[in-house]
Amino acid sequence: MIRWIWVSLFICFSGYTLLVYRECDSTQASADSKALAGMQTWQEKNCQSCHQLYGLGGYMGPDLTNVISEPGKGSDYMKSFIKYGTGSMPNFNLTDNEVANLIAFLDWVDKSGQSRVHPSSVHWTGTYNLSK
Amino acid sequence: MSKSLQLYFAFSLAMLLLALFFGAVAAFAFLYPEFYNKYLPFYQLRPMHVSSALFWIISGATAGILFYKKAAFDTTNSQPRVEKTFIYLWMGTVVVVFIFYAFKKFGGREYWEFPPFLGLAILAAWLFLMYSYYTSWTKRKKKPPLYVWMWSTGILFFLITFIEQNLYQLTWFRQSFLREITVQWKSNGAMVGAWNQMIYGTSLYIMVKMSGDEQIARGRKTYFFYFLGLTNLMFNWGHHIYNVPGASWIRHVSYAISMTEWLILISIIQGFKAKLTEQRKYRHLLSYRFLIASEYWILLNLLLALFMSIPAVNRYTHGTHITVAHAMGATIGINTMILLASIGYIIKIDRLNVARKKYITIGFITSQASLLVFWLSLITAGILKGYRDVALHITPFQEMMRPVISVLHVFAIAGVVLFAGMALIVFNYIKALAQMKPTHEKRFAKNEGLIGLNPILNNSSKTGNVKPIVKPT
Repeated sequence: MIRWIWVSLFICFSGYTLLVYRECDSTQASADSKALAGMQTWQEKNCQSCHQLYGLGGYMGPDLTNVISEPGKGSDYMKSFIKYGTGSMPNFNLTDNEVANLIAFLDWVDKSGQSRVHPSSVHWTGTYNLSK
Repeated sequence: MSKSLQLYFAFSLAMLLLALFFGAVAAFAFLYPEFYNKYLPFYQLRPMHVSSALFWIISGATAGILFYKKAAFDTTNSQPRVEKTFIYLWMGTVVVVFIFYAFKKFGGREYWEFPPFLGLAILAAWLFLMYSYYTSWTKRKKKPPLYVWMWSTGILFFLITFIEQNLYQLTWFRQSFLREITVQWKSNGAMVGAWNQMIYGTSLYIMVKMSGDEQIARGRKTYFFYFLGLTNLMFNWGHHIYNVPGASWIRHVSYAISMTEWLILISIIQGFKAKLTEQRKYRHLLSYRFLIASEYWILLNLLLALFMSIPAVNRYTHGTHITVAHAMGATIGINTMILLASIGYIIKIDRLNVARKKYITIGFITSQASLLVFWLSLITAGILKGYRDVALHITPFQEMMRPVISVLHVFAIAGVVLFAGMALIVFNYIKALAQMKPTHEKRFAKNEGLIGLNPILNNSSKTGNVKPIVKPT
């Protein structure tokens, strides 16, 4: 009996996992090589230890999900931050190419959706209904 | 206990101490980045803190399982060479991970922040552990009690989620950012469930041994809660990505299943508490205190988790220090307390000399009080950040964070006190571990196996003439 319940749950989990993989992004928007190279730099420099994307990551700096499209910010604004650092953010001495790749990565992330949930998206049951 | 297992226990305790040390230093690096950036920047300290905490939890849990499995399976086949290979490969890889961190070489993934190729060594070590464990499982002489199911589930799901964590190496998974982040946090969420299974299984094992009542791990209600926990492990990870604009049904499934996992253990412990007599409580006082502490932390974290699992509330708490409070409360308050109860039970802390027990008690009280301050200050910081960011939309970031930083000074000081309290416990544990005789495990397995003997033994066990204090139930 215990084994049967366990195996049944595991089968459900496997099916659910495949569905999640397939349906978690209906847009099928794919990254170009610059964005993927930027993602690699993001990981190698451990940017997520201080910054968040969709609220996931560190708490030291701001969430950068939509920094490219945010009024008053954007690519050039980010370039100077990344290139030279600030008082609290170290200068990582990145090459121009690495900076450009990071900007391409952040642009790709920005296009994937909004990190902030608008109050109108909150359903009365407490859940959200989000659309890109 | 074999020398390698003894070393592994000491290694896991050292990881605990390192986690708290790096955490305390990182808290100050967070507050004073201009100073720390010159020497030891936050982005270097954070992976050291997170990884040592993770390696403490996983090493402490697996060391306990390796120690208990002989008695739990009532078998002598423990694959000692395979077990040893796992231990040394695991510890060696962890050391290499820290060397990479020292040279600022990162992989930049949450939880596993080291370069991904080191994951291959972690994976290989885990396969050795699985071979050793499941070989014993197949040779067991009795129908497995629930804690064996929990250990087995945890070990298997760690493998599954660890592989899933690394699926981003395949182009298809990283071609879409929404898929990349969803799969990453699906595996992270389920992985927490995996090590919780290992740790709660250990907690259940100790309870069974302390009470002498094997039925605790065989009742229908207990199995019902186990399956509820397993369901949570599989499907309740979505609160991490509620705000990610993926398929809505993923969010709804997670919300519906919610954070019932904490209820499972409360129910198990409640049943156990009623069965303990005052005498038994007294004899295992220190180990029992750690378990009792974990109960309170479950209650506090359950409350927090229930609120955080409601998307409408999560909108304010997500990406704030409330998430950190939950993670720290669960890791230190629940997991660490259970693991300290487990190791304390193995090294028999209640039979240590009075002075050492006194130090452990002081460490226990200090760590509980400081953890509470630590936890409350994180929640306060989180409420402030959530309110100022989501409700007031205060910009720029530094201005929004200004009062949050003030509260985090309390958190940082509490972290230092917490480190001091825990250090007192860990040093005494390691001392007691070092004094354990290599033959201890055999005797432990013989006398504490599932063969009807109550594990509460008197001091005559030193002579090998072991007498149970309480008759078998």
